[in-house]
Amino acid sequence: MPVLEVKNIRKSFDGVQVLKGISFGLEKGKVLSIIGSSGSGKTTLLRCMNFLEHPEEGQILVNGQLLFDASRPGALSDAQLRANRLHFGLVFQSFNLFPQYNVLDNCTLAPDLLARDKAKAEGKPFDKAAAHAANVEKAKALLDRVGLGAKLKNYPCELSGGQQQRVAIARALALEPDILCFDEPTSALDPELTNEVLRVIKGLKSADTTMVIVTHEMEFARHVSDHVIFMADGVIEEEGDPEQIFTAPQSEKTRSFLAKSLEKL
Amino acid sequence: MSFLQVTAQLWSGFQTTLYLFFVVLVLSLPLGLIFSFGSMSRFRPLRWFTRFWVWAIRGTPLMLQIITVFYVPGLVFNTPMKDRMLACLVAFVINYAIYFSEIFRGGIEAIPKGQYEAGQVLGMTRSQIFFKVVLLQVIKRILAPISNEVISLVKDTSLARVIAVTEVLKSAQDIVNGHAIIWPLFYTAVFYLAAVGLIQIVLGLCERKLAYYKG
Repeated sequence: MPVLEVKNIRKSFDGVQVLKGISFGLEKGKVLSIIGSSGSGKTTLLRCMNFLEHPEEGQILVNGQLLFDASRPGALSDAQLRANRLHFGLVFQSFNLFPQYNVLDNCTLAPDLLARDKAKAEGKPFDKAAAHAANVEKAKALLDRVGLGAKLKNYPCELSGGQQQRVAIARALALEPDILCFDEPTSALDPELTNEVLRVIKGLKSADTTMVIVTHEMEFARHVSDHVIFMADGVIEEEGDPEQIFTAPQSEKTRSFLAKSLEKL
Repeated sequence: MSFLQVTAQLWSGFQTTLYLFFVVLVLSLPLGLIFSFGSMSRFRPLRWFTRFWVWAIRGTPLMLQIITVFYVPGLVFNTPMKDRMLACLVAFVINYAIYFSEIFRGGIEAIPKGQYEAGQVLGMTRSQIFFKVVLLQVIKRILAPISNEVISLVKDTSLARVIAVTEVLKSAQDIVNGHAIIWPLFYTAVFYLAAVGLIQIVLGLCERKLAYYKG
């Protein structure tokens, strides 16, 4: 059974249809890259999956559980929406770290709050110190994994863009999402900082980390993905395994996009 | 009147000034935050209602507002306002809350959307996002304009004399009228300057306290 199923997602802004019926599935532990030119709807698709946008049509299922169904009447409750979002993690193009918290606190803030909410919902007494200590241990391990174990007490403004993005990755992982999404994670970075982030993402690949990556880094998409979707004008123009997409694209639009993206000057 | 006698009398007036200042500050800051939510509300009638009051309060002199609060209940509803201080507090709190609300609104709207979205995808509630993520960033951004208003408030308290509340300036005026000496009037500047100097030091400390991060 696929961990993620997206069915016939449609979304428009001010009457302009940005997503015109997107469907795909993703198996656990696989990496999906979504490529395509700006304005093709890649980012909107990712935002729909994280419930930051609400599609007019379509369904989203995680582990077979129907999280979102546009045809169901009424809006999702706030609590339901938050529960849904926790299935997904999102790493933003612009990092969006919390500037007033240090690296470690950025990674423990949300887990601490969730632990408290969970204890309250179950009616159990909440041991704040113990929950925090556990979250700190977990965050430290994750920050080690992204190579920032020595920067725990630094503030985001003291880090390079690449380091900030690696903190953002650790912050997203701290909530153990089923699917980790990346929205052009290196687009805001200088070229020499891009690779350190891509290396970290590549290092996350494992049997139980499922990832969806919207990216303009074609070489990266080709080497790290198990599956590639090429989007154009709000539809999936072509999809397949990376070798096929990058070496033998079927669609004219894919060919022309790849030719422009991979063009050597 | 000796210098000491004048000082003692001005000090007693200055205590009224300080009382007015602190009560207005403590009440108008939270009320301003509530007003700012009103003026940013997605519920249009509430937004229009708040914006109307912003226009009305900013568009008329504070002195006129004090006079209105003090005299209108008696003139219109035949229930004269007996407590002059209370009338002053009401007028000042509303006036300052409105000005603060506009500063809060500017500060809140200046926080990048990404901060809210980052909180959302981390499963935080709206109030958690506001109090744990946004609020401190807003405070850092608005500290300078808030400082301006707080300092204005110290001096605006002198308007209370228009309905005969004996704050420091009125107590100086009383001495001038009763003893045919004019210098106590200028002496009040010392009290204002001392208060403003102290406030500047406190706000400077706050600013330094929040300087540990950028952004």
